[in-house]
Amino acid sequence: MEQYDNVRIRAEEVRFFYGDKLALKDINLPIFENKVTAIIGPSGCGKSTFIRLLNRMNELIPNTHFEGKILLDGVNIYDPDVDVVAIRRKVGMVFQKPNPFPKSIFENLSYGLKVNGIRDRHYIEERVIKSLEEAALWNEVKDRFNESALRLSGGQQQRLCIARCLTVEPEVILFDEPCASLDPISTNRIEELIENLKQKYTIVIVTHNMQQAARVSDYTAFMYMGELIEFDRTEKIFTVPRDKRTEEYITGKFG
Amino acid sequence: MNKNQVQWLGFMFLSLTMVFILLVLGLILYFIIARGIHVISWEFLTQVPRRAMTQGGIAPALVGTFYLTIGAIIFALPIGLACAIYLVEYYPKSIVINIIRLSINNLAGVPSVVFGLFGLAVFVRFLGFGVSILSGSLTLGIMILPGIISATQEALLAVPQSLREASLALGATQWQTIRKTVLPTALPGIMTGVILSVGRAAGETAPIMFTAATFYTRGFPGSIFDQVMALPYHIYALMTEGTFPERQTAIAYGCALILLILVLLISAIAIILRQRQRQYGTV
Ligand SMILES: Nc1ncnc2c1ncn2[C@@H]1O[C@H](COP(=O)(O)OP(=O)(O)O)[C@@H](O)[C@H]1O
Ligand SMILES: [Mg+2]
Repeated sequence: MEQYDNVRIRAEEVRFFYGDKLALKDINLPIFENKVTAIIGPSGCGKSTFIRLLNRMNELIPNTHFEGKILLDGVNIYDPDVDVVAIRRKVGMVFQKPNPFPKSIFENLSYGLKVNGIRDRHYIEERVIKSLEEAALWNEVKDRFNESALRLSGGQQQRLCIARCLTVEPEVILFDEPCASLDPISTNRIEELIENLKQKYTIVIVTHNMQQAARVSDYTAFMYMGELIEFDRTEKIFTVPRDKRTEEYITGKFG
Repeated sequence: MNKNQVQWLGFMFLSLTMVFILLVLGLILYFIIARGIHVISWEFLTQVPRRAMTQGGIAPALVGTFYLTIGAIIFALPIGLACAIYLVEYYPKSIVINIIRLSINNLAGVPSVVFGLFGLAVFVRFLGFGVSILSGSLTLGIMILPGIISATQEALLAVPQSLREASLALGATQWQTIRKTVLPTALPGIMTGVILSVGRAAGETAPIMFTAATFYTRGFPGSIFDQVMALPYHIYALMTEGTFPERQTAIAYGCALILLILVLLISAIAIILRQRQRQYGTV
């Protein structure tokens, strides 16, 4: 499969500890450019832990320990001389629960640009509008820029968070169960959105919803108890899984 | 007894305690107001004392309390904020930080007269600031520091981690995250703590007794190295010194009423701020 697609991120021999507890066991996984890679597995198997390693978010958790390499375009993002702020700008993230700032809609969207040193008002407005259009939210908020973002519905908040992530023009976007707290209609809209975003971005999505993985992703990784059990094209995983545990999981025997 | 009767008894007991507390509060208010209200007038608030404290007003004490309180905040707020931010945002969770936290909490339990003696030894004598606004402000500042640190810590800890993550994931530095997301979100909580500290600083007698306050000054302080009159100490002095105890007592109740009103006003501001924050948080 690697002949056809370009590897953007590669995890090599990744291990991760919470205290003494080994949460990820020697994970090796490629993430392909402009593809959607889904990570599935029962809850507690380490999906969030893994995806949060890709933009070094786990560093915020005290008393943790990382081993191995995460190569982004061939460079290990855990090298001591790598600027973590630059990595996080390149690798954006959308979280499980919508987390808009308790600020206005416009301030939510201009935040990322401002912290990255952009002052030009015109450019900021342009980026804000563009991102809202990409996140399919423009029509709903175009007259409400100064309203508190907390007044939006849950689904709108999550699309706002996606738009906010897009403003700083990341190259890779990480989604950690982005629909877990949303209703089916909002879930649908976000899935459509992800489908469109992959033209421009490399996407990694964690989900414990197998239908969702099957619908939106090109590749699927199945994790179980901190191990990567199987990784392949999505249609292969869902039709001819090689590992018995994968088969049991996708047929709903456990999880 | 069936369970409904048990419930009735339980509620009865709870409402009785409520009534009791309201009664005590009401009695305090009643006695202070009844005894203090008749000395209060525009003159009382704006004039300097005359005739050995038995006539005139308490303006220098009001001004003195104002200076001491402002001085305490100017000193304690920046240090308290910095300390709390460091402890919550920067320092990795460890045994050391727990020990520091515990010490700060213990500091909050130190009786205020001990702070007064400390201020006398360090600011008045050792640093040579004398009995002055400066010494008193620093002493009050140290007294309210633990309160400001704890209130700020609590407000910072109440900021959801998801907001910090949102900011960092956009490529903000930790400092930008603190300045633009964490502090603004925590601000109402911090303000509430600060305002309550203001009330405490304005009302304490013991810390300023040896470090700043004097029974009588001719006029208003000219520099931070002057002694001042201060409301709580003035009450204490009126009741324990002087030559006309009868008339002084009436004035003391007047001062107590003013102090009570001031502190209640300050608490009311804190409550309003908190209420506003709640409304904003839930829409
Ligand atoms: N902050 C943490 N501290 C300690 N253990 C954690 C922490 N976060 C997750 N874990 C543990 O690591 C394992 C993987 O968790 P996680 O990555 O959140 O799983 P998933 O996202 O697949 O549900 C679980 O056993 C969980 O209990
Ligand atoms: Mg998870």
